[in-house]
Amino acid sequence: MSAAAGPTRILDVEGLSARYGHVEALRPVDFHVDDGELLAVLGPNGAGKSTLMRALMGLVPTAGRVRFRGIDVPRRDPAKAAALGLILVPEGRGIFAPMTVSENLELGAYLLDDRHEFAGRRERVLSLFPRLKERLSQAAGSLSGGEQQMLAVGRALMADPKLLLLDEPSLGLAPRVIEEILETLGELNRGGLPIILVEQKAPLVLKLARRAYLLSLGTIAAEIDPRQVTSHDELARFYLG
Amino acid sequence: MNSLASIWAESRRNPVALALWGLAAALVVYVFVYGGYLMAVLQFAFIYVVFVAGLNLFMGFAGQVSFGHNAFAAISGYCSAVLTATYGWEPLPAAAIGIGGALLCALIVGYPVLRLRGHYLAMATLAIGLIVYEVAVQWQSVTQGYMGIAGIAPIGIGRWSITSDRGILLFLLIVAVLSLIAARGIRRSRLGRALVAVAGSEDAARALGIDVARTKLIAFLISAAYAAVAGSLFVHAVGFVSPEVFGLHMVVLAFTMLYVGGIGTVAGPALGALIVALLPETFRGFKDYQDLAYGAALILILIYTPRGLTSLPELWTRRRRAAATRGDGA
Repeated sequence: MSAAAGPTRILDVEGLSARYGHVEALRPVDFHVDDGELLAVLGPNGAGKSTLMRALMGLVPTAGRVRFRGIDVPRRDPAKAAALGLILVPEGRGIFAPMTVSENLELGAYLLDDRHEFAGRRERVLSLFPRLKERLSQAAGSLSGGEQQMLAVGRALMADPKLLLLDEPSLGLAPRVIEEILETLGELNRGGLPIILVEQKAPLVLKLARRAYLLSLGTIAAEIDPRQVTSHDELARFYLG
Repeated sequence: MNSLASIWAESRRNPVALALWGLAAALVVYVFVYGGYLMAVLQFAFIYVVFVAGLNLFMGFAGQVSFGHNAFAAISGYCSAVLTATYGWEPLPAAAIGIGGALLCALIVGYPVLRLRGHYLAMATLAIGLIVYEVAVQWQSVTQGYMGIAGIAPIGIGRWSITSDRGILLFLLIVAVLSLIAARGIRRSRLGRALVAVAGSEDAARALGIDVARTKLIAFLISAAYAAVAGSLFVHAVGFVSPEVFGLHMVVLAFTMLYVGGIGTVAGPALGALIVALLPETFRGFKDYQDLAYGAALILILIYTPRGLTSLPELWTRRRRAAATRGDGA
């Protein structure tokens, strides 16, 4: 990992680990995120990808240190992490099914008091996902899977994230819908939004990411340069060791 | 979506909803004009509308559970009773002290108890209700135990007080409607959305910056305030209080009203309170079989409208739509 002169690091993670009871789901990991980059975190089922996301937010008991733009992200206080601009789109989307699409979006801006700013963010999200605009008064639970994922991303954007954490946005979606959502994420990232994207479906993500970490058995097994992964065989080698 | 206004909007398109609300309104008008025994039943129902509307904030919106909100009704009810009957206070300050006291208790109790979830929360809240009941029975120098306290001042200010049955009914109707309007306002506010979010997923709510523990506590306090208002209303309207008034059966009744009417909706609890209060009277002619008929009616309602009576209009639309598509296919 190169030092100095390169792009500014916005997230610094030192010795972050997490456990559920006796099971150490995440062994101490060190990594960083550069400003404006889309970092992919790849790995098979059960590698600890979701735990890593939840650990960054402080949703699980952790040890170690997370610094975001020079400020310590408090452990075990997700609301504070959210206030700092770390916004998670959880695995399985975590939308609130009985509430309307509009209410879900409003919840994204829960910490915002400025009405004018609120209207502006809402406008941006709805122009990014025009399909949500047609369904504003519909119960979120009645949306299709793809629309629910759009809502989950839209809700996160309502919080004006400084670093967006996405946990397997492709889960359970049709290939065409996945492509559409990843395209939007790429667009957001090119607009300057740093993103950590957790995925099982590596080939899709490697086209977007500049760097990728491979997670295996609760620890970072390798850092990958997506430009050098040219064939599926090579990727399989990473997965299988 | 589940508000009175949208129910009204829906009513114009859906005759079932219109019929339901029309029936309720007609009944209230009938009782108001002709009076009789149903007057007392309806007064009772309106007091329960307040109690259940509050409980619904905590259970329906925030997705928590409490078997102990009768405790807060009892605390404010007894405060009202003792301060007016024994010490000759005015009803308004007596009720204010009662509601304040109930809120203070809710704050002290809620802080540790709300760390619990599900069945554990249910058990802890049940214990609160039982403790307050036991205090009301045993603290005879103040509460007069099972004998109860009579001669509680009627609702009013100074020399002006409401003593006629019609006056009390009208006053309780106004308070009930206000409590529902407040509940709707809460549901549509940022707090209301946070409550429903907490019910959906605490982790997802936290990740959005919602302070889950604080949100639950606020819901608990607001619903306790509703319960306390209902408790004071009851003793001032009836003029008598004994421990049984705020016993466990209050919890059972409130739960029945919540689920029969439609938990988690604004209007559902109100509808449930009216139906559950009136249902036993409807079966008065069955004499010995009255309770049997009442129980059977409840079971039938819960089987055919599992999400409560407020879901009837929706069920009706769905059935009509299904019939329409079947018609197209044939």
